[in-house]
Amino acid sequence: MADDWLPPASLTPSARPVLLRGEIERFTLPAVDLEAEENVSLTTLRSGLLILTSHRLLWIHEPSVSGRSIPLAAVIHVFHPKKSMRSMFASPRVRIQVAAGTDGKVGAKGTNSEVITVVMRGKSDPDVFIGKLWEVLRAREWEATQKDTSDEMERGEGSEMGPGSRVRMPVVGVSGILRKEQELWESTDKSLQEAFQDLNALMSKAKEMVMLAEKMRQKLLSGSSSQLNANDEDTDSKQDIQDWLLSVGIVSPVTKESAGALYHQQLSRQLADFVKLPLEKAGGMIALIDVYCLFNRARGTELISPEDLLQACAIWEKFDVPIMLRKFDSGVMVIQNKAHSDEEVFARITALAMKSDALRMGISPTDAALMLGIAPALAKEHLLTMESKGMLCRDVSPDGFRFYINLFKEIDPRDIHMAKADGIIQMWVSVACVSA
Amino acid sequence: MQRLGDFKLPHFFNYPPYFTLQPVRETRDKQVQLWKELILDYCRNQKIFVIGLEDDFPLFSNPVIERSLSHEAKELFLAALVNEGRAEWMDKGHKKCLILWMRIQDWAEYIINFVKENGFEDGVMTVEDIRSGIESRGTDLAGIDRTVLMRALRLLEQKGKATIFKGTSTDDEGVKFSV
Repeated sequence: MADDWLPPASLTPSARPVLLRGEIERFTLPAVDLEAEENVSLTTLRSGLLILTSHRLLWIHEPSVSGRSIPLAAVIHVFHPKKSMRSMFASPRVRIQVAAGTDGKVGAKGTNSEVITVVMRGKSDPDVFIGKLWEVLRAREWEATQKDTSDEMERGEGSEMGPGSRVRMPVVGVSGILRKEQELWESTDKSLQEAFQDLNALMSKAKEMVMLAEKMRQKLLSGSSSQLNANDEDTDSKQDIQDWLLSVGIVSPVTKESAGALYHQQLSRQLADFVKLPLEKAGGMIALIDVYCLFNRARGTELISPEDLLQACAIWEKFDVPIMLRKFDSGVMVIQNKAHSDEEVFARITALAMKSDALRMGISPTDAALMLGIAPALAKEHLLTMESKGMLCRDVSPDGFRFYINLFKEIDPRDIHMAKADGIIQMWVSVACVSA
Repeated sequence: MQRLGDFKLPHFFNYPPYFTLQPVRETRDKQVQLWKELILDYCRNQKIFVIGLEDDFPLFSNPVIERSLSHEAKELFLAALVNEGRAEWMDKGHKKCLILWMRIQDWAEYIINFVKENGFEDGVMTVEDIRSGIESRGTDLAGIDRTVLMRALRLLEQKGKATIFKGTSTDDEGVKFSV
């Protein structure tokens, strides 16, 4: 049986589609079957998520993290659904004629054609889907991208970069504006020509912006490698700008409009993919508030609310993702790797608190934060957890809030002068009581 | 070694968390225990019977590490002694605390020994003699708190080992021992 009659679609580990350059998600449908009605040798694809983008129709089977794609360039015709008594009760169906090769494989350059039926098992309205599909087909955005790519090839620019790095370019701010502009244009018939000119002008500006950003990045890269021994602070700030340039930009943010009822699920998967890198940098744990800022910055104009973020995190429990939401006793919420081990962190903090300075003066959340490379608020959570486990104890004074290795449990109340002191007590006495 | 007068302070007196009330149950229990021992030890050593919570009490602050107990902490540590019968609040507002570094029955026993050693069996003494007489010099009875002494004497009276005579004023109350 041929079940590879549709070209595969590459997915992220969280079963989110890897989008092409300039590709934007437009509409999402749950529980969709794809059938090749007129060719029984082609296996029906059952109950997947259908995502309509500006370039493709993507069918994603989330449990197995696999997906298929139909390039919109291959679409020849969209049939209007027949209104009949039968269709009132059966699942809604939309039939699409696409170009295909002689073996039935779908592709834009095929000479034959296949009719693919989209069967909506969910309670979706087929008319809305058809409307969106027509809209996207009319816009023919995939052609603009192809042209761009060939233009660049002719000029010989960006040839050292892989296609992946170009997708990540910082174009979100402008592309967000672009998209809004485009939607406006699609909905108005008036002054279409004028708007079209505006759009072209914006497009060319966007390209310049991208080129500028890329040039800056290149310059920073070469600059920092040639003067490695230069001022550290300088290098740091360069690194920051470079990170910023690279990190800005989720090209197609999941929006309520494009994902509909599946919004939180899709958002959750996108977030799982997104958070991986910042999480690594933050040492396996990152405050939810930081994620909120980073995520929204990357989304450009399509901001999400804190509630949406919280819901998206809560859905992780249902997926097989390597990260989780954690709430500390104090109410502080963080995202952490499931593999993240508290014990390891505790061991490092204990080692810090046993240094002779720390035995005498204690440690502050800032000290722990510097050592662990995490935010002071998170370091404080670790310290408080250790305190509750009896590993540390606190010292509150006008100098601030500090933590000490817990000596209380080591002291024998029948021997308060500690004649038989040994181990950690002995260490502490030798360090802390010499001056006194 | 740090000293307070001629009292030898334990090392942990320089441990800053000792002066912050610990919020974690297990740690705090240990902290309270160490404070109880230290307070009794210090009072016994310095013959202190009353601690005023609003007065400067040398044990409750450590200028070397610049730490001192909060009012809440002082009250909590003394209340722990009260619970064990090693101290008593002298007023409802918990402003003064009587420290029984020796329990009343131990005081009573101490007095009996003192009486025997000095040959006061069947003799009469005034209460003031016991507190400041020549015989009591160098014993724990020297300068004993009047309340504590009277309670110990009354305990002896109950046991039939002493009789208290009321005088015209509190100064000339007398005791006849019959050991």
